[in-house]
Amino acid sequence: MAPNEQTPLHEVRPVTQRIPERFVPVPTIEPGHSFASITDHISSIVLRRKTPAGWVIGFAITFVLVMVLTATIAKLVFVGVGVFGINHPVGWGFDIINFVWWIGIGHAGTLISAILLLLRQEWRTSINRFAEAMTLFAVASAGLYPLLHTGRPWYAYWLFPYPNTMGLWPQFRSPLMWDVFAVSTYATVSLLFWYVGLIPDLATLRDRAPSLLAKRIYGMLALGWRGSARHWYRYEHAYLLLAGLSTPLVLSVHTIVSFDFAVAVIPGWHSTFFPPYFVAGAVFAGFAMVLTLAIPTRKFFRLEDFITMKHLENMGKVMLATGLIVAYSYVMEAFFAWYSGNLYEWYMMTNRWQGPYKHMYAALIVCNGLAPQLMWIRRIRTSAVGLFITAMFVNVGMWLERFVIIPTSLHRDFLPSSWGMYHGTMYDWSMYIGSIGLFLCLLFLFVRFLPLISIFEMRTLLPEAHAEAHEEH
Amino acid sequence: MNNNKQLDLAAFRARIGGAKEYWRSLDELARADALDDAELDEVMFREFPRQAAPLATGVDRRNFMKLMGASMAFAGLAACNRPEQKIIPYTKQPEGLIPGRPLYFATAMTLGGVATGVLAESHMGRPTKIEGNPDHPSSLGATDAFTQASVLGLYDPDRSQVVRHLGEISTWSDFIAGIQPALQAAQKDGAGLRLLTQTITSPTLGAQIQQLLAQYPGMKWHQWEPVNRDNVREGRRMAFGGYVNTVYDFSKANVVVSLDSDFLGSGPGHLRYARDFMSRRRVRKGQTKEINRLYAIESGPSNSGSVADHRLAVRPSQIEGYARAIAAGLGLAAAGGTTEHAKWIATLVRDLQDNRGASVVVAGDEQPPAVHAIVHAINQTLGNVNTTVLVTDPIEAAPANQLESLRQLVTDMNAGKVKALIILGGNPVFDAPADFEFSHAMAKVPYRAHLSLYYDETSLLAHWHIPETHYLESWSDARAHDGVVSIVQPLIAPLYNGRSPHEVMGTLIGGLDQTPYETVRTYWKTKAPGLNFESEWKKWLHDGVAGSAPAPRFVGASTGIPAPAAAKQSSGYEIVLRHDPTIYDGRFANNGWLQELPKPHTKITWENAVLVSPKTAREIGMGDRQREELENERSTWLVELGYRGKTLRLPIWVVPGHPDGVLTVSFGYGREQGGRIAGGEAKFIENPYEHQIAGVNVYPIRFSDALHGAAGATIALLSSGYRIACTQEHQNIEAAGNRGIIRSASFEEYQKNPSFVRESGNEEERRIESMWPGHQYRQTDPDGPAKYAWAMSIDTSVCTGCNGCVIACQSENNIAIVGKDQVWREREMHWLRIDRYYKGSPENPETFHQPVPCMQCENAPCEPVCPVEATSHNQDGLNDMTYNRCVGTRYCSNNCPYKVRRFNFYHYSDFETPALKAMRNPDVTVRTRGVMEKCTYCVQRINAAKIAAEKDDRRVRDGGIVTACQQACPTEAIIFGDLNDPTSRVSQLKREPTNYGLLEELNTRPRTTYLAAIRNPNPEIKAD
Amino acid sequence: MAQIFHRSTNTISRVTIFGSVFIAGFILWVIGGIVRAPYATDQNVTRDQPVPFSHQHHVAGLGIDCRYCHTSVEESNFAGLPPTATCMNCHAQIWTNANMLEPVRASFASGKPLVWSRVHRLPQFVRFNHSIHVAKGIGCASCHGRIDRMALTYQAAPLTMEWCLSCHRAPENFVRPRGEVFNMAYEPANQEIDGPRLVKEYKIQKLTTCSTCHY
Repeated sequence: MAPNEQTPLHEVRPVTQRIPERFVPVPTIEPGHSFASITDHISSIVLRRKTPAGWVIGFAITFVLVMVLTATIAKLVFVGVGVFGINHPVGWGFDIINFVWWIGIGHAGTLISAILLLLRQEWRTSINRFAEAMTLFAVASAGLYPLLHTGRPWYAYWLFPYPNTMGLWPQFRSPLMWDVFAVSTYATVSLLFWYVGLIPDLATLRDRAPSLLAKRIYGMLALGWRGSARHWYRYEHAYLLLAGLSTPLVLSVHTIVSFDFAVAVIPGWHSTFFPPYFVAGAVFAGFAMVLTLAIPTRKFFRLEDFITMKHLENMGKVMLATGLIVAYSYVMEAFFAWYSGNLYEWYMMTNRWQGPYKHMYAALIVCNGLAPQLMWIRRIRTSAVGLFITAMFVNVGMWLERFVIIPTSLHRDFLPSSWGMYHGTMYDWSMYIGSIGLFLCLLFLFVRFLPLISIFEMRTLLPEAHAEAHEEH
Repeated sequence: MNNNKQLDLAAFRARIGGAKEYWRSLDELARADALDDAELDEVMFREFPRQAAPLATGVDRRNFMKLMGASMAFAGLAACNRPEQKIIPYTKQPEGLIPGRPLYFATAMTLGGVATGVLAESHMGRPTKIEGNPDHPSSLGATDAFTQASVLGLYDPDRSQVVRHLGEISTWSDFIAGIQPALQAAQKDGAGLRLLTQTITSPTLGAQIQQLLAQYPGMKWHQWEPVNRDNVREGRRMAFGGYVNTVYDFSKANVVVSLDSDFLGSGPGHLRYARDFMSRRRVRKGQTKEINRLYAIESGPSNSGSVADHRLAVRPSQIEGYARAIAAGLGLAAAGGTTEHAKWIATLVRDLQDNRGASVVVAGDEQPPAVHAIVHAINQTLGNVNTTVLVTDPIEAAPANQLESLRQLVTDMNAGKVKALIILGGNPVFDAPADFEFSHAMAKVPYRAHLSLYYDETSLLAHWHIPETHYLESWSDARAHDGVVSIVQPLIAPLYNGRSPHEVMGTLIGGLDQTPYETVRTYWKTKAPGLNFESEWKKWLHDGVAGSAPAPRFVGASTGIPAPAAAKQSSGYEIVLRHDPTIYDGRFANNGWLQELPKPHTKITWENAVLVSPKTAREIGMGDRQREELENERSTWLVELGYRGKTLRLPIWVVPGHPDGVLTVSFGYGREQGGRIAGGEAKFIENPYEHQIAGVNVYPIRFSDALHGAAGATIALLSSGYRIACTQEHQNIEAAGNRGIIRSASFEEYQKNPSFVRESGNEEERRIESMWPGHQYRQTDPDGPAKYAWAMSIDTSVCTGCNGCVIACQSENNIAIVGKDQVWREREMHWLRIDRYYKGSPENPETFHQPVPCMQCENAPCEPVCPVEATSHNQDGLNDMTYNRCVGTRYCSNNCPYKVRRFNFYHYSDFETPALKAMRNPDVTVRTRGVMEKCTYCVQRINAAKIAAEKDDRRVRDGGIVTACQQACPTEAIIFGDLNDPTSRVSQLKREPTNYGLLEELNTRPRTTYLAAIRNPNPEIKAD
Repeated sequence: MAQIFHRSTNTISRVTIFGSVFIAGFILWVIGGIVRAPYATDQNVTRDQPVPFSHQHHVAGLGIDCRYCHTSVEESNFAGLPPTATCMNCHAQIWTNANMLEPVRASFASGKPLVWSRVHRLPQFVRFNHSIHVAKGIGCASCHGRIDRMALTYQAAPLTMEWCLSCHRAPENFVRPRGEVFNMAYEPANQEIDGPRLVKEYKIQKLTTCSTCHY
C-alpha cells in the first residue's frame, strides 16, 4: 500500500520506559496524539485520492463471491430447495445453520456499542463503529436465509401480519413468526444506532472532503450537522436512548432464535437452557469475528495506535469468558440428557459421540471447548497472531455447534424407521461462501467510504478532552 | 430407452391426423370428439387446470417470473388477469350421470390369468381409482398393489399407441389384410399356424380359440406364463389323477403349515386367503378363545413367513425333505425325510394330528410337483380334503404344462415347422427360459404378429405389432381363483387405439367381425339361454360376478408318496429365482407407482438385488463393520453373480432371516424396451451418471430345467459404494432401546395379562399430566350440529405388509413419484409407509409390519410451529394440511415425531402429460413444488360423506367413510371411524386392552393407534 | 468555508423526512385497494359468450326455475350446465330461426358442444359444494347476486377468501328459509331474529377450518 504522506506526530515519543512494561497499563490510544492527528489519520483513510491496490484486490475477490451467491439464489428460485442436501428426517441444513451463525456473529457489535457504552468501557470507542458495521452486514447475510430456505420464497411475505384478502393472520405461536419480528427489529435498531453514531464524523468528512461531489454526498448524509452545543446535546441523548434500546436486543434476538429449537419436541432441541446458551455463544462468536476482522484491518491501515493491544486483549478475555459459558453448556447438555433418564435424550447424546457425525462433535469440542482456553495465557492473549488463530478456531467451532444441533438432532429422532443422513451439497456450500462474500464485500465498501473508527469519540480519549471538560465547570 | 420409432403423443396424433382416435375415450368428459387438435389441448387444459404449472422446473420461465414478480411486488396481485377458463356442457347428457359425482362400475382385473373383482371409480367418464369388489370371492372388497396400480397402467403414455408393421406406423385394416396370406397358407390343415398366449381363464376367449383350432386342425396352441405354476398343476395331477383346481378355506383351519408358500402374499386368491386366515387371528377381549397357528418352512423372507408363529429358513432344496418328514410323521410311507429339527417337526405333526380336518398344509408354487403331491397326500390323511381343501374343476381354459408347451413351440420354430406365430399378450422374448433362446427361434418364423400393451422386446421381433387394450378399455370375462366368472366391462373407450384379444381372435376366425362386447355377450347368451338373460346379464354386470363358483368335486387325493428323485450333486450357493414383489414378471416395469414401492422386506425401490443372509454376507467378505456402514449410508456393494457360465452384476442386500447359503434374486427388471420409467428415466436426477435402466435382467440365468433356481451359483464382491434407493435400513427393534414402537406378546401371555402393552411400553407414557383440559370433541348438544372425532386403529397382528394400502393411498391422493435418485436422497413421497422391524437374532428374527400414516395428533407438534397456519386443527380433530397456504419452511416436518410429513423438494407432480392429468383424482389438489403434504385421513371422502349426511339430517354412519388404505387392506387391519359414536368399530377397538399409541409419552395424543401384535407360538417349541 | 448546499435544502430535507412516511402509507393503501378491485377479482366483468344468454329474460321474464337448467345443484358440488338438448326443449318450438340461436342449433345438430366461458371461477385448490349450501338455506342470490336482473351474466361477488369467510364466520346474517333459496327477490323481513333461529334449526356450523374448502 502507499505509505502515508504526512509523518504522524506520534513518531516523536517522550522516553518514559523505566519500569518493566508489564506494570504499565496498556493505553487505549497510544500517547502523543492530538485532535488533529487523530482526525487526519482516520479521515485520510477515507479521503485519500488513491485507492490502495490491496483494497482493490480484496474487493474484487469478494465481489466475485457475491456473484456466486446471486447465481446460487437464481438456481434455487428456479429449480427448488431440492438443490440443497435436505431430506425427510432432516428438513433444515446449511440454510438454518448459517442463519443462526450469522445472527450470532452480529451480536458482538451491539454488545460493544450498547452495553459497553452504558458500562462506560471507554476502550470500546475505537472498535465500536467497526463492530456495529459488522453487525449490520452479518444481519444482512443472515437475513437471506430465512427467506430463501422456504419452498416458495415468493410467498414469504405471508409471514408478515398485514390485512389481506384471505382474512387470515399468521400463526403467532410459531417461533419463526417471532424471528420475523426479532430480526427485523434488530436490523432496524442496529442501523439507526450505527448511523446516528456516524453523523458527526460524516460532518467531519464533509468539511474535509476534497471534491465538491464528496462534500455534497457526505453533507447529505450528515443531515446538516454543525456540531453546535445543541446538536451535541440532542446527539448525546439520542445515542444514549438507542444504546438503552438495543441493550435488551442483544439478549432477546438470540433468545428468540434459540426458541426455534427449544420450542420443538425433537431431542437435542427441546431444551430449556438454550436461550442463555445461545446468547453466550453469539457473543462468543461475535467477538471472535471482530478479532478476525480487526487484526488484519489494524495492520493494513496502520491503526495500531487506536486499536491497541489492550483492545485485542480485552476482546480475548470476553471470548474466554463466553467460551467458558458455552463449554459449560455442552457439559450441562450431556448431563441433562443423562440425568433426565429420557431414552431419546440419552440416545441423542450418545449418537453425537458415537454416531455417524461423531467427528463433527469432536471438532466442535476442540474448537469451542479447548481453543479458547489458550486465552488464559497472557503471551497468546497479547499476540495478534495468537488471537487471530484462536478466533478462527472459534468461528469454525460456532458453525460446527449449529451443525451438531440441527442435522445431528434431526437425523435420528424418535422412530428408527425414519432415520437418515444429511450432507451439504454444492449449492449449500456456494450459498454459504457467497454469503461470506457478501459480508466481506460490504465491509470493504465500508472501510473505503466511511471512517471505520469513530473520530470524535477517539478525540475524547485524549487527556486534552478531559482538560477541556474540567475548564467548562 | 426405446428406439427412435417410439412416438410421442403429439407426433402420433399428427401422423394419424386429428385427435379423434386418441380422444374418443375422453369424450364424455371433454366432449372433445368434435373439437380439433388445438381446441382439444385447450379442453384438456381447462378440464385439469394447471393452476401452478408455471412454477414447474423448466416450464415456462417467463410466466414463472411474472408470477413471482407479481406476488413479490404487489402482495397478492399474482391472482389477477387470469387466463379465461372455458366450460363445456354436454350436448346430450348421459343417463344416470350427475355432473361432479363419481360412478362405480364392477369389472375384474386378471393377473396370471386369474381374475380379481374390482369396482372402478369413474369421474365424468374417466377411471381414476380401483377398489375391491366386496361381492367377488377373490377380493371381498380388498385389492393388492398391482390392482391398485393398474389405473396408472391404463393411462401410461408409454403404452403402444398404433399398429406397426416392421416397426413402421400401420393400421388395423392393413394388419387384417396382411394376415390373410398366412391364413391361406394354413388353410388346408393349419399346420404351421401357432398361437402363443399366457394363461387364459376367459371362457369366451377359450371358446374362440377352440373354434379356431376346429377351423385349423393342425394348428397348435401354446401357453407360457413366466410366473410359472406348472409345478402346482402337475402336483395336483399326481395327487388327483388329472388337472384340477384346489381352493383353500383358511377360515376353518386352526393349524396351517406353509412349505415355502406365500399364500398370503401372492398367487391366485391370496387376498381372499389373507382375509380368511386373519379372521382367525384377530384377538378381541372376551370374544377370542383361541387363534390359529402358522408354521412356515421357507427358502426366503415372504409376507406369510413374516406373520408365522414358527418359521424355519431353509434351502429350497431341503423343503422336500421336510415335507417327507411331516408325511412320515403322519404315518405315510415316505422315504428320504430330513432329520433336522426332528423335535420341531414332531411337535408340528402332533399339532396337525390334533386338528384333523381343521388344518391346511400348502406348498409353494416354486416347489417341485413331488412336494405338492406329498402335501395333498398329507391333507388327505388329515381329512382336510373337501373340508379345508376344496377340489374343483380347473379354472384355466386349457390347463397344460406350459414349460413343455413352450419347449415344443421353440423346437418346432427351430425346425422350421412354424409358418405363422400369433402371440396374444406376454413378452416371451424377454421372459422365456434362457436356454430356449426364444428370440433366435422366433426369428425363423416367416410371419410373426404380437398383441401387447407396450411396444416391447417381443414386438421388436414381430412383423406385426398390435396395441392391446387395457382391461379397463375392453369387454372380456375371466375366472376367479375358485372358478367364479366375472364379466370384465370397460369404463372407457380405448385411449390408445388398442385392440382386445377377442378382436384379434375374431379376425383369425374370420366371418362377421364382432365387437368384443358382442363376442362376450353372445357367448354367455348361448351358455345361459333363457328368457331372463337380459336381467341376468344386467345383474352380472352390476355385481361383477356371473353366477356362483363351480361346486367342489368330492374326490380324494392319492396318499401315495412319489419316490424321491435322485439327489443332484450340487456345490456352491443355491440360487432362488422369484418374480419381483413389486413389478411382478416385468410387465409392471413401466409403472412408476410399483417401481417406487418399497419391497416388503428389503424396502428397496427401483431395482432388484441379491438377497443373502448375514452369515452368507460374512462368508463372502462383508464384515459386520461394513454392514454397519450400510445402515447409515444408503449404499451397498456390487457383486458378481456367476451361474452356469453366465454372470450378472447386481447390488447385494443383507436380509435377516434369509436362509444361509442361498442367493435370492427377483426377475422382471432390466427392461430395455420397457418404456421411460422402466428405462430408469426420471425428471429429478441430480447426478445424471446415475441414470440407468432400472434393475438387472435376471432371465438370462433362468433355465428351463431350473425355473425357480438351483445350486451351483458363485458370488464375489466387486466394489462398494453402490447407491441403492432403500427407504428403511435394517432396524432391530431393540437397537435404540425400548421405544415401545412395536408391542407384541404370545397369545398365552396375552391371556395371562391382556393389558401387557402398558408394561411393555416406555414407562414415561403413564405419567402424562396436562394443565390444559384439552379441546372437547364430544357431542355435547344432541340437537346441535353433529360433532365427530375421526380416528383410526391399525391391528399389527394381522398386517402382512402386502403394500396394498400404500398404492391405494398413492392413487387416491395423487401422490407423485420422485425417481430413484430422489428416493436415495430420502425424499420419497408416500403418505402411508409400512415400517418393518425385526426382533431377535438376525439369523431368524421375528418380523413386524407397521403401517404408519399421519397420526392426526390431538396435540400436534406440527401445528404451533407453522408460521402461516398452513397446518391447523379442524373441528373433528383432523390435522389439516392446506397446500395453497404453505410457504415451505419444513418446520412442521422437523417437529413431527413420526416423520410422516412429505415435502415437494422439486416440482414432482407431472403437470405436462395430458393422460396423467386425466388419471388424477379430481377431489384432491395436485401439489406443486415447495409445499408440504401428508396423510389427511382421505378428508375428501370424509367431507363428501358428511355433506351427504348433513343433507338428509343424520350422522355419518359407522363404515360410511372408508379411507383408501382401509378399503385396500385384505386383512381389515385398518379401521377408520368416529370416536364420538361409542358403538363404532374404531371406538370398540380403542377400548381393547392391546390398544396403544405410538410415542404416547410425548403427549401428542395420536388419533391413529395400534393393536399389539399377538402371535401364537406352540408352547412346546418355545425352546427353539 | 464555502456553502455546498442551497439554503432551501433545510426545508426540502425536513419535508422529505416527514413526507416519506405518508407516501409509504399511501402506496400500501393503494395496493390494498387494487387486490380487492374487479381488476384482480373479475367482479362485475361480463364475458363474451357464444350465445348472448340473458338470465334476466329467462328467469325474470319467463320465470324459469334455476333447477330447470342447473339440474345437479341439489345433488352435486357442481350446479351443472344445461346440455344443448335442454335449450332445444323450448327452442325447437320458439325462436326457431333466430340468428342469435344459430350456435345452439348447430351444436344440437352436429353434437359439437357449446363452449361457454366460465363466469364464476374458483382456484383449483378451493372445493365448493353447491348442494350443501342450498340444503342449508343459502340462496342463489346470496353469492350470484340478482341473476334475474343480469342481461349478460357477470360475477356479482369478489369471491375472495375474506368474502367467503364473511358468511362462514357469521352465517346468521345470510341464511334464509329453505323455501326461499331459489327466490331471487327474497328480502329478509327481520334477519336478526330469523337468522339465528334458522342457524339453529338447520344445524348450521360455522365451519372456518381449512379442510372445509382446501384439500
